[in-house]
Parts: sequence; C-alpha cells; structure tokens
Amino acid sequence: MGRLTEAAAAGSGSRAAGWAGSPPTLLPLSPTSPRCAATMASSDEDGTNGGASEAGEDREAPGERRRLGVLATAWLTFYDIAMTAGLEQFSCLSLRSSWDYRWLVLAIAMVRFYMEKGTHRGLYKSIQKTLKFFQTFALLEIVHCLIGIVPTSVIVTGVQVSSRIFMVWLITHSIKPIQNEESVVLFLVAWTVTEITRYSFYTFSLLDHLPYFIKWARYNFFIILYPVGVAGELLTIYAALPHVKKTGMFSIRLPNKYNVSFDYYYFLLITMASYIPLFPQLYFHMLRQRRKVLHGEVIVEKDD
Amino acid sequence: MKHYERDDSSRNQSSLWHSSDSSLLKGGDSGRKDKGEAVFLGQELTSLRLCFPQVEPHATIAEIKNLFTKTHPQWYPARQSLRLDPKGKSLKDEDVLQKLPVGTTATLYFRDLGAQISWVTVFLTEYAGPLFIYLLFYFRVPFIYGHKYDFTSSRHTVVHLACICHSFHYIKRLLETLFVHRFSHGTMPLRNIFKNCTYYWGFAAWMAYYINHPLYTPPTYGAQQVKLALAIFVICQLGNFSIHMALRDLRPAGSKTRKIPYPTKNPFTWLFLLVSCPNYTYEVGSWIGFAIMTQCLPVALFSLVGFTQMTIWAKGKHRSYLKEFRDYPPLRMPIIPFLL
Repeated sequence: MGRLTEAAAAGSGSRAAGWAGSPPTLLPLSPTSPRCAATMASSDEDGTNGGASEAGEDREAPGERRRLGVLATAWLTFYDIAMTAGLEQFSCLSLRSSWDYRWLVLAIAMVRFYMEKGTHRGLYKSIQKTLKFFQTFALLEIVHCLIGIVPTSVIVTGVQVSSRIFMVWLITHSIKPIQNEESVVLFLVAWTVTEITRYSFYTFSLLDHLPYFIKWARYNFFIILYPVGVAGELLTIYAALPHVKKTGMFSIRLPNKYNVSFDYYYFLLITMASYIPLFPQLYFHMLRQRRKVLHGEVIVEKDD
Repeated sequence: MKHYERDDSSRNQSSLWHSSDSSLLKGGDSGRKDKGEAVFLGQELTSLRLCFPQVEPHATIAEIKNLFTKTHPQWYPARQSLRLDPKGKSLKDEDVLQKLPVGTTATLYFRDLGAQISWVTVFLTEYAGPLFIYLLFYFRVPFIYGHKYDFTSSRHTVVHLACICHSFHYIKRLLETLFVHRFSHGTMPLRNIFKNCTYYWGFAAWMAYYINHPLYTPPTYGAQQVKLALAIFVICQLGNFSIHMALRDLRPAGSKTRKIPYPTKNPFTWLFLLVSCPNYTYEVGSWIGFAIMTQCLPVALFSLVGFTQMTIWAKGKHRSYLKEFRDYPPLRMPIIPFLL
C-alpha cells in the first residue's frame, strides 16, 4: 500500500502542501516564496508540488526561494542523503555524520545476492534487518511534519508510512512462509528504486542543484513502478492468506471478556479490496502531476 | 459578476442580459462537470452579469437570492453564496443592501455551494438508522448469527437493559431534533449525509453485533457494575436533555441570536459554570456509562471517537464564544472541567 497511500497523499493533500497559512515551526522562516521548502516534503504529494513549483520556478523569478532555518535544512539533508545511499556501518538512531544510506545499500545487497546465489530464495532473509530498520525509521517523517519543517499534513504522511510498515512488519516479517515468494522481490525492487529516486530528488532540491534527469526519473519511473509495486504487494498478501487462515494469527475470537473479535484474514481481504478504489485515483493523480511538472500543462483544479 | 442597480430611472434594460464574453453560462467553465463538480478558472467564479433593476435599497440578501433563483432555478437560495469579494466571506441572508459597503451599483460574486440538504433531514436519518439497526441485532434477525439463534433472546438481563438504553438514547435524539433544537443553519452539503450515516449506522451495527451475540460475556463485576453504569447513563441523559432545553430557551423561535448560556435553576445546568459545552460532556458521559454497562470494547472505541470529535467541536465553539463576548466567564473550559 506504500505507493497507494503516497499518491493518496498526493491526491488529497495537494492543497495542504502549499504554505497557505504558515505551518507552525520551531525555526525562523524568512517570508519568501515557499517553493524550495515544498520540495523537501517527504511525500509524493509535496514532492509533486515541489516539482510543480520547480517548474514554476523555472519560468518565474529563480531567486525567490524560501529558506528554512539552517538547522532544519542540515537535518533534512542528512535525512534525505541517509535514505538514499549508505555507508556500511551504523549503530543507533543518533545524529552521527556517517548516517546510513540504506536504500542504496539495500539495492546493492539485493543485486549481489542474486548474482551470487542465482535465486531470490533467501533474499528477503538477508536484507530483512536493514529493510525493517529503515522502513520503520521513516516514522521520523511524521515527526518532520509534526514539527513543521516539512509542509505535509501529518495524517497524510502518517497513512503513507503506516501502510509501508504494515507491509513490512505485519505481512513479510510475521508470515514467514511467504518470504521466498517472487512477489516480495517485486515490491522490494519497486520500493527501492522509488525511494532512491525520491530521496535523491529531495536532497538535490534542498541543495538547490536539481539535475533534470533526477526530476525526469522521479516523474517517469512511477509509471512502471506503481503498478509493479502494487502487484507485488497484492500478490504477497494473497499468498499469505492461507497461512493466516490456518494459524488464526493476530485474531481474537468470541467469547472473551471484552466482547470483541477480530479476524486478520478478513482484515487482509478488505485491505486488498481497498486497493481497487485507491490505486487508480493515485495513479491518475501522479499522471496529472507529471503533465504539470514535466510538460508545463496548466491543469484546471477544482476551486475550493 | 452579478450587477444590480438600485436606481434604474435612467437605465431601461431588460431584467437579464448576458455579458459580451460568452463564457457566461459556460460561465468560466462552470458548465463543464468534472465528477459532478463545476470547474472554475482560477479564483473567478461564474462570470455572470445580471441586472436587476428596481431593487430597493433596504432589500436583504435573502431577497436577492430569491430573485437570482427566479432566473436560474437550478441554484436555489440555499445553494447560493453571495459575497462582495470573490475570496471574501459569504454575506448573511439578513444583511441589508444599503448597509453594505456598496455604491449605487452593487457587484456581488456568486458561488455554488453544491447540492444542499436540510439539517433536520440529516439528523433524522442518521439517528433513525441506529435505532432500527440495533433492534435488528437485538431480535436476532436471520442471517446475522447462526440459524439456530434466529429470533432467540439473550439470557442476560444486561443485554435487555442495553437495548432499552440504546433505543431510549436515539429516540430522545429524534424527538429533540423535531421539537427542541433551534438550528443556526438550515442546510449542509449533501455529501455530509453519506459520511454521517456511515459513521452512525456502521458503529451501531458493530456495537449491536457483539452486545446481542449468543456468546456475549456479561460484565466482570456483575450487577454492581451494571447498576453503577446505569446510574451514570441516566444522569448524563438527563443532563444532556437539560442543557438542550437551556440552550433552546436562550434563543427565541425562528431567530439565530447567540447569547452566553448560564446555569439555571436546574442542577444539571450548573455544569455551565465549568464548561462551555456541557451537552457534549454529558454525551461522552452517557457513552462511557454504556461502555461500562456492556463491557464491550467496540462501545469504548465509539465513545473515544465521539469524544475526539466533540472535543474539536467544543473547542471551536469555545473559541467563537471568546471572540464574540468580551465578558465570557474565564473559568470555563470547552468540554472537560479544568482540563480540556
């Protein structure tokens, strides 16, 4: 659901991304145009708006950029670089300068594994610690929104991050038999490429040096990556269903003291069904954003 | 832009003419429907020029809305938002034309608020649903529980008591909607009814399913727990009703005036000393009582969600009281005395 909810963020939150009514922030912000800051947002929605403002920027006054406080910029730069590429060692969640760039490491680890072993079996096991740590750490993005250094709505980012965490912890981590499914590799590849592109995009935007090809990548890769990622996620959940039903995991049955019940199996079915309304909305929203950013089309939006 | 002229002695125009730009009833793309919503270019709304000669200076906005509806029947008055500035606030129906900052020609901007539905209709629908749905589960109508349980009755007293409380609550709400409440607004957007009904009906079904389930487990502390919970529930229902009556008495029939509510002789209204919206306080209390009575987690969750929503409303109401009244009692909190 990662990509789905990201785009949902894009769809519903595209207004929220603007600095209409300055968001609360701990740091002094100079009252200039919000475009630069908009690119730092950690969700597609803001990225696209950032991209949009990028495009707008090219045509209008290039000098007008919003400046975040130095501390916030430094932190976000670390965070984005950290998410993109990486050094091999990391210890704990501290602000060490040798931050861990896990997504690139993940990508490299996956490629190496496949080249050595020739199979995807055992791949998940070899990268799982990194993946789990890394994807869980994305919770920090919610904090970014809460303290206001990124102009996305907290709810939007929260939903996005939650769905990724759902996939990693509640499906692949908890349901061991499906870890060797091909579909797992499918969404891992999709996530990895997307995240590397996205965080590179943010990093370069933050540093005010955005090579066109990164922007191009960010707004074109999704065309393949979204459906691939969604397919991977859905197939994985589908493969997990028999195991869930057999073991009755994460479920509560009646009778019990609190008169409640929960069936994880039906919960998963409903989750899968929810992709049907959500995915097309997100996908078409991203397509529209792409037209706006890359081709400078003027899209008439609903006036609210 | 809709023009209207107050003094038409020199102008002898027909009462309706279109501007030269024929973006008129295409109205700056208002004709184009995108998922049922009108799309407007930029911030400019419908580019509409109407001339209403011979409108009295003391005409109200409500009268102008009626005039507008005559020429554009699809936009009934409840759907119209008229403003002096496209980005400004909506003008109120009671505003009188000559008191507005307009010259001899007033330019008003129109905005379509979308299909509207009356508050009373929404309330009646959203409250009738839970009443009916709960009873379906209580009587164990077929296809909910296994067939051997069809139309059977629970052997626990608390289940019958819960049905009475739940039904009483919603009947009270229906009656209050019909006879007690005085609404500030006549209508709300149509899509609200779907959202609200999903919430109320969905939660009612979820709660009712467990309380009336053949495998229901009665409260751990037995009759003591039920009696205590029932007391809380009854007190809060009486409190809630008292507050509704007190608020009604603040406002004369048909008016939309706002005054600071104060405690009356009724002890339940003394909560006004500590709280701006004691009706919400009592409502949360009722549901907590019901949750303790049934010892059912879905009820607790419903109470929590309701509490969250009512807190948001209470804070908003509190803020607008503070803005409107300089002498607002400082001791009062929005919903929970001293805390929230």
